Amino acid sequence: MNILIVDDEEELASTLAERLRLRGMKASHAVTGEEALRLTTEESFDVAVLDIKMPRIGGIQLKQRMQQIQPGMRFLFLTGHGSDRDFEAGVTEVGEEYYLGKPLDIEELIAKIHDVLGR
Amino acid sequence: MSLRFAFRPLFWSLESESAGPYRPLFQFRRLWKTAVLLTLAVVLSPLAFMAVVDQRLSREVIEGDIRYQTTRLVANTRKNIAFFLAERKSALVFVDRDNPYEELSKPLRLTALLDNLQKGFGDFYELGVINAEGLQHTYVGPFHLAGVNYRGEEWFQVVQEKGVYISEVFLGFRRQPHLVVAVKHNLPEGSFYVLRTSIGLQTLNRILMELEVSGQGDLFLVNREGVLQTPSRLFGPALERIPLAVPPYTERTEVIEVAHGSETFVIGYAFIPETPFVLMAVKNKANLMTAWKKSRREWTLFLAGSLFIIVLVILGVSTHLVNQIYLADRERTAMLHHMEYANKMASLGRLSAGIAHEINNPLAIINEKAGLIRDLFTLQREYAEDPKLLGLVEAILKSVERCSRITRRLLRFARHSAGRREELQIGEVIEEVLGFLAKEAEHRSIRVSVAVAPQTPPILADRGRLQEIFLNLINNAFAAMEDGGRLEIEARPAEGGLQVRVADDGCGIPAADLQRIFEPFFTTKAETGGTGLGLSITYGLVKDAGGRIEVSSAPGKGTEFRLFFPQTAPPETSRNASP
Repeated sequence: MNILIVDDEEELASTLAERLRLRGMKASHAVTGEEALRLTTEESFDVAVLDIKMPRIGGIQLKQRMQQIQPGMRFLFLTGHGSDRDFEAGVTEVGEEYYLGKPLDIEELIAKIHDVLGR
Repeated sequence: MSLRFAFRPLFWSLESESAGPYRPLFQFRRLWKTAVLLTLAVVLSPLAFMAVVDQRLSREVIEGDIRYQTTRLVANTRKNIAFFLAERKSALVFVDRDNPYEELSKPLRLTALLDNLQKGFGDFYELGVINAEGLQHTYVGPFHLAGVNYRGEEWFQVVQEKGVYISEVFLGFRRQPHLVVAVKHNLPEGSFYVLRTSIGLQTLNRILMELEVSGQGDLFLVNREGVLQTPSRLFGPALERIPLAVPPYTERTEVIEVAHGSETFVIGYAFIPETPFVLMAVKNKANLMTAWKKSRREWTLFLAGSLFIIVLVILGVSTHLVNQIYLADRERTAMLHHMEYANKMASLGRLSAGIAHEINNPLAIINEKAGLIRDLFTLQREYAEDPKLLGLVEAILKSVERCSRITRRLLRFARHSAGRREELQIGEVIEEVLGFLAKEAEHRSIRVSVAVAPQTPPILADRGRLQEIFLNLINNAFAAMEDGGRLEIEARPAEGGLQVRVADDGCGIPAADLQRIFEPFFTTKAETGGTGLGLSITYGLVKDAGGRIEVSSAPGKGTEFRLFFPQTAPPETSRNASP
């Protein structure tokens, strides 16, 4: 199982990836949309965990572009509920079940990953 | 309730002080006074002007009429009296001319002539013939006046000069008022004689007495010294002096007004030519004006009645209009305030969301770092398991969890100030609100009990607004309570929806204030910054949710608010915060 964590907070993205690796999963991280797209062309991922609010390319837009590269990829979203609009947009786009609020619980993240892969 | 209170308009008792920053908008009492005074002035000044002008005109007309009538009366009577005297004089001249001196000097002939005159006129008493020396040599009449000499008498001088003499009225030997007429006859040889008669006043008096004088007036003759020549109803019998001055000589008939004591007399007078007589008609002006006074009284009554109605209508209309303005203004201001309040809540929401977001990111990093440390200690063998370190990491993670609970609550608050209806459990909303107020309750040792009956149905409402309702009510309750008080909140099913009871054991609300607590800008906390809008907004919010709110209170014991919410809220209506 290969997982990509994308968040503009490097510390958060790298730590999350490391914690997943500690649990025996394969995980990488990226801090910008561009980097995430580059990684997507190089490597195959099962699940991408995207921060909704990022500079230049936000999570929702990133999802669409990554899906064009790897159509089988599944997605989860992270948000600090920046504003009403972000939240509403996120929920309408992906549904509440694909959505994780910061700060998050690692066990919940893993459960959601299994969830989206099972569907 | 006294009559004064029953008719007092809504805005009257409004204290402009309690309107706070909106005070200049609340000068309704002044507005009302200005409206009433201006309308009264505009309506009443022409009315008063017309009334005065009408009174003056009608008075002038009546006075003119009185003058005209008096003038006519005096002029006609003067003609009659002049005719009466001329007739007597002419009769005497005829007797004189018809009989030669020698015949007149015969007592028998003179007796026959007097007899004829008496039969013809009725008021000739005597006849006498006086020669140029003033000796009355022949006389017929009731007295023995033959041989009397009139040489030194004034009248004898006058008749010599003028040919005719008419005396003033006097008593004479007969002790009866009468007057004397004498005519001079010049003889061919240059000498002369005088034929003299005296005339009784019965006929003259009858002429004057029979005339109807309006206004209980009086008609009489005086001489130029003001001595009565005929009896007067007002001033007594003939030969008395009247208390009024005789006006100066004029050829025409005149009418004047003379004040005498407390009365005013209208006096018409005319001098009768070639006699010492002045004809006077005296009328009491007050009597003449009676009709006018009566009509004036009626007019005044009518005016007073009209005034009363006008004032009543002006008061009623002004009060109604100002009241309408007051109600509209109150609504408008409350709406403005409500919008301001909603804006404030929205700003607060945005601010909360910003803070929560900013904190959430570093919090997430702390969370992951601490999580990684814990993972390393539990999942990797090379890091020996150290219970103390693990405990520290758990403590960090617990604190992160606490922080994230706070930021979640802030975010939920921000999200729900948007205004979206959803199905809500009332118990949850109350607990959320109490979450904000828990610290205050704890500090002040206020015990808060929440009891939600198991069958309580959910309601369709806006979470943020529902929170506001309970936030306002609980805040008010806290403000009314002493430290260590008790607040009870109960929710239970009611017909068609649910009922929530919020009861405190605070200071309570006096009965007089209780009727007005939902009115906008009604506050008893003006000096401590109360706007008087909290409960008014709460009322509006409950209404918007399709519910209703009731209050009962016992001063010193506490206040209880009962809210009723329908299970299915009505469609969204425009917000209306006034009760």
